[in-house]
Amino acid sequence: MAEATPKIRILKGAEPDLSAATYQIHDESHTIGNALRWMLMKNPKVEFCGYSVPHPSENHINMRIQMYDGLSSLTALLEALKNLDDLCVTIDDAYTHSMENDRYERWDEKS
Amino acid sequence: MASSSSSHLPASVFNPRRHVGVHAERVSDVASTEFPGHYPGEDHSWNLAKFKENLKVSVKRLSQRSVEFDLVGVDASIANAFRRIMLSEVPTIAIEDVFVFNNTSVIHDEILSHRLGLIPLNVDPRLFEFRQDIPLDRNTLVFRLNVTCERIKKASKDGPQYINEYVRSGDLEWVPQGEQESVFASNPPAATNKDIVIAKLRPGQTIEMELHAIKGVGKEHAKWSPVATATYRLHPLILLNPSKPVPPHLAQKFASCFSSGVVKVSPDGQVSIDDRHLRKETMSREVLRHKEFEGCVELKRIRDWFIFSVESEGPYTPESLFPEAIKVMRGKIASIREAAEALLADSHDLGAAPAASSGPDADGDVEMDGA
Repeated sequence: MAEATPKIRILKGAEPDLSAATYQIHDESHTIGNALRWMLMKNPKVEFCGYSVPHPSENHINMRIQMYDGLSSLTALLEALKNLDDLCVTIDDAYTHSMENDRYERWDEKS
Repeated sequence: MASSSSSHLPASVFNPRRHVGVHAERVSDVASTEFPGHYPGEDHSWNLAKFKENLKVSVKRLSQRSVEFDLVGVDASIANAFRRIMLSEVPTIAIEDVFVFNNTSVIHDEILSHRLGLIPLNVDPRLFEFRQDIPLDRNTLVFRLNVTCERIKKASKDGPQYINEYVRSGDLEWVPQGEQESVFASNPPAATNKDIVIAKLRPGQTIEMELHAIKGVGKEHAKWSPVATATYRLHPLILLNPSKPVPPHLAQKFASCFSSGVVKVSPDGQVSIDDRHLRKETMSREVLRHKEFEGCVELKRIRDWFIFSVESEGPYTPESLFPEAIKVMRGKIASIREAAEALLADSHDLGAAPAASSGPDADGDVEMDGA
């Protein structure tokens, strides 16, 4: 087998300081694409963020990030990933808490 | 607002920014606007403490097969990510390889194999690894299907005439491999439903095959999807216009435009919304078809109030599917994060001129001389 496809690749045309760059994320889809885009847009230092699935039969997404003040888009990406992980933990805890403590209807469903 | 005075809903539900408009032939204000820079002087940057405060997850109904819960205070992109993961990225075990030794039934090998693949199995996927190349006891389950139909010699006229007339999912025989016998001793692998008819036979017809089941995900083939359905809808909201009340003689007609129980009519013909039953509203928009109700009512949905409905089909209990989806999501985030951190380390290497060209890099690679 040839060299494995890297998980993330910076597409050509990115600024040398990475203040604007397009990241190609391999083996991902709208699932992560849209959630990550939303979290990046929540960052006030991000001027623009968008993603696309270039072709349905190609297994990757392109994530475009442009920053204010020449900041690094890679740092913003890492921060968004961390925030997204915190969000997941929060939702998991809230769900588990509700499942264990809330009063809800239990019913018998015939299969 | 008259409809909200004795409300069971939190007051923040009536904040117009949270509303998606539902009109006769279109919807409005679908996209969320809560981003930094959208509203002057307002801070909408990510804030975990604020998110925790606004988040509400509450389970509403639970059965052995399905769960309904509310997820309030998240963006559609997040809710949709979990929905998509439940459908196509939470792993299960399903039959992948079928070795046909004999099949004299009327159903073709390919069709039969496809039907076998779709049978939900009761095996916990967390006990398995994904098969890479070689089948091992850690990644492959083996079943045998060995059925021959015969005529019952002394059958009564109106009783059954044949034995093994139907091949059912319960006829799959598990053949333990290696350590599987002890691992699955308490819960031997089988179909979750033993009564699925796989094929029909007549005397003299035989099916003899070996089946290999492996771990997979729904995005590769729907047979590996752990759910029957996983959907969400937005919580409906009906706003009555206090300056244009519904005429009392039309109150019953008005109420019949909505799902039963949603609109209450008092004895003197006053209409009000019963918030406790509001979630049952189907949003048929019937009320918008009648000219006499024009301006009386506005139909809305709450943009960040997701009513999830998940039906399990397979080894997971319905309540464990959502946490599994979160686990998968976190796994995806972790793998991207690892790659992004490696990228960051690389970019630092490029920025700072390599002082010592020999020795390992930050990522531990040793460079080859003259490469």
